[in-house]
Amino acid sequence: MAVVHEGEHHEHPAYQRHHFVSMEQQKESASFGMWLFLLTEIMFFGGMFTAYLIYRNWYYPAFVAGSHTLSIVLGTTNTAVLITSSFTMAMGVWCAETRKRGGLILSIILTLILGLAFLGIKSVEYHEKWVQHHVPGLRFDAMTFVHPKAEPGQPVEPGLPLDMAQHTEIYFSLYFAMTGMHALHMIIGMGLLVFMLVKAMRGAYDNGNIAFIENFGLYWHFVDIVWIFLFPLLYLISRHQ
Amino acid sequence: MSSIVSLPDQTTARIPKRNYLTNENGILSWLLTGDHKRIAMLYLISITFFFFIGGALAGLIRLELLTPQSDLMATDTYNKVFSMHGIIMIFLFLVPSVPATLGNFLIPIMVGAKDLAFPKINLLSWYLYLAGGSLTLWAMINGGVDTGWTFTTPLSTHYVNTNVVTTGLAIFVAGFSSIFTGLNFIVTIHRMRAPGMTWFKLPLFVWSHYAASILMVLGTPVLAIAIVLVLLERTIGIGVFDPTKGGDPILFQHLFWFYSHPAVYIMILPGMGVISEVISTFSRKRVFGYSAVAFSSVAIAVFGFFVWEHHMFIMGVSNYSTLVFSLLTMLVAVPSSIKIFNWAFTLYKGSITFETPMLYAFGFMGLFTIGGLTGVFLGASGTDIHLTETYFIVAHFHFVMVGGMLMAFLAGIHFWWPKMTGRMYPEKISQLAAVVTFIGFNFTFFPQFLLGMLGMPRRYAAYPPEFQVLNVFSTAGATILGVGYLLPMIYLVWSLKYGKIAGANPWQATGLEWQIQSPPLTENFVEIPVVTQDAYDYEWLERQKEHEVTQVG
Ligand code: HEM
Ligand SMILES: [Cu+2]
Repeated sequence: MAVVHEGEHHEHPAYQRHHFVSMEQQKESASFGMWLFLLTEIMFFGGMFTAYLIYRNWYYPAFVAGSHTLSIVLGTTNTAVLITSSFTMAMGVWCAETRKRGGLILSIILTLILGLAFLGIKSVEYHEKWVQHHVPGLRFDAMTFVHPKAEPGQPVEPGLPLDMAQHTEIYFSLYFAMTGMHALHMIIGMGLLVFMLVKAMRGAYDNGNIAFIENFGLYWHFVDIVWIFLFPLLYLISRHQ
Repeated sequence: MSSIVSLPDQTTARIPKRNYLTNENGILSWLLTGDHKRIAMLYLISITFFFFIGGALAGLIRLELLTPQSDLMATDTYNKVFSMHGIIMIFLFLVPSVPATLGNFLIPIMVGAKDLAFPKINLLSWYLYLAGGSLTLWAMINGGVDTGWTFTTPLSTHYVNTNVVTTGLAIFVAGFSSIFTGLNFIVTIHRMRAPGMTWFKLPLFVWSHYAASILMVLGTPVLAIAIVLVLLERTIGIGVFDPTKGGDPILFQHLFWFYSHPAVYIMILPGMGVISEVISTFSRKRVFGYSAVAFSSVAIAVFGFFVWEHHMFIMGVSNYSTLVFSLLTMLVAVPSSIKIFNWAFTLYKGSITFETPMLYAFGFMGLFTIGGLTGVFLGASGTDIHLTETYFIVAHFHFVMVGGMLMAFLAGIHFWWPKMTGRMYPEKISQLAAVVTFIGFNFTFFPQFLLGMLGMPRRYAAYPPEFQVLNVFSTAGATILGVGYLLPMIYLVWSLKYGKIAGANPWQATGLEWQIQSPPLTENFVEIPVVTQDAYDYEWLERQKEHEVTQVG
């Protein structure tokens, strides 16, 4: 009897936590937990998407005018940057699974750089909003929507009536709240990336104990997907108007 | 009076040398523990602490309302006192009360596991709770907050100059502790059940915690985002809820109640789980209609997400949606009454004994029924217009939360006290405490129904003199109630040293937790059990005992 027990114990890798009966149970629990956590994140962002839906219906012209002030070029670049970072993250998970330490470190570094690039571009956009007096509460002026200035090489947009122009502040409130919460998630993610980088360089993942990386991958892709919804809703949806 | 208590011979009985309490020593072994049972104890101590702060504030409220004038404190102090009372009692006591203590302690054992799926996240949840609690205390010391526990906009965003930001942050942080608890439970119940432990062999305690966890995981993040938007509006002035900018305060109400209605079920479902265990054990019968009770928990969780607008009937929402939500509110009362009926049928022809947990459970059944039925008055949109924002609501939710959940919490604490500590509480005085609580409760809160019907509004420090008699009744009752809560505090601590040795199964109960030593080992089970019996199978228990006797013989 005791011998059988010994034998069983040998099959368990050292990183199996004592309260799980098998490695399979441990892995399944971890990824199930992660999916549940992402569900809470969906509910979290869901509150803002609901607000967006309602106010977009109410203040449609203000939302159109507001979204026209965003830079398609910067937005698209950022989308590309983020999707690429999801790719490098997926590569990282693959490298971890196939126990390629070098590849894992490289992927994490690339993901970090791309994440930084995203935040950099985002801060350029935020700065632009600051200059244009489009930051709700702190520095906001709706007059640019009543009397739009002609951009070089583009037709002048028709101005909005004053009360509708003022409602662009709601658009920008949501813009900052949504992209801000998204950016916060990226910053948290990058903190975790640094943590994984240090551990990877120490060889902590060489033994196949990579549940953390896999679940972080899910998180990173989730943050990416949130952006995939934000980008069309905030930048693209009213372009033709 | 007959009793089922069977204790080991006190002259020879010993608390097992090796158990989760003695396994490791030193303060750090507690602060860094991953053991769900130790974390449950940490939670128990912290929520008791906050319960007494919230209780002291309640005492101040009742003292102020002894007289029609606002004389004990200034009116704005009064606003702060009832706000802090609500915030502490709801977010720092009732939401974690049963799940984070009893749930934490028992769920892994009940499903036959050695721990929750994520012990570190469990510990993190306690630290988040402490952080949220400390922030709340800090806000209170720094002048408090006077928005009510509902953080109503634009009051909270524009008009008050109290500590909305600190308190909001506190609730945000404490919310994550609740999310992590729920997440841990769901994963544990899905993935960690012992061999043979199918869903329909789970104790109903586990089912109700499962339902409550769904609400925690899906509801709490919506509260989080509502708070974030309020804080952003208050600090930098974004306009999502600000009518002067085109925002809509009603949207805040929707987001807030989308959490806070489900939250009332977070606060009651775990208590219902306790009642199922207690009623079954002290009437020696399987819970009548096991699967109906199990599914009614899930039904409450599902319906609970579709009734939130009943808190907003007079806020200018559409008449048609009022109609729909009024109807849905009636529906959510159905699964609750299924439970009450099934417990009553469990009692029918059972061999009932009246130990303290059972007394509390009876209290629960009566008071929760009154609370739930008056909820239907409030859910009917016509009567609600008359009753809303009066003391009728205050009485309604105190009947369900204090008469319901707090009774259930005390029932559970007494019921599992021998398991958690290895020692019995003193039976006679605790029966007395249960009766005192029941009497005190009714004196305190029943007059408030009458006050509400007569039109006394809630949340004011002063009131017309004709309401005084009933208010004096209420304050007098609160004094009795206070004694009822102090008693367990004293004799439970006393019993830690002087209580009788409980042995593994003093109640002759069937749950897995009663088949292991008290207090349990750190790893709960020496060997993971293989489950063949149903829940509440008292015949199986008898056979087990005979088996033991023949083996020893
Ligand atoms: C069983 C069925 C229940 C029904 C039909 C029901 C119905 C209602 C309704 C319609 C209101 C809103 C009244 C108004 O604002 O005008 C209300 C308020 C409230 N209910 Fe219930 N309720 C039920 C159970 C519960 C339970 C189990 C709890 C808590 C454990 C609870 C806690 C509350 C609280 C805290 C409020 C007041 C919130 C506030 O305005 O501060 N209710 N209930
Ligand atoms: Cu409700």
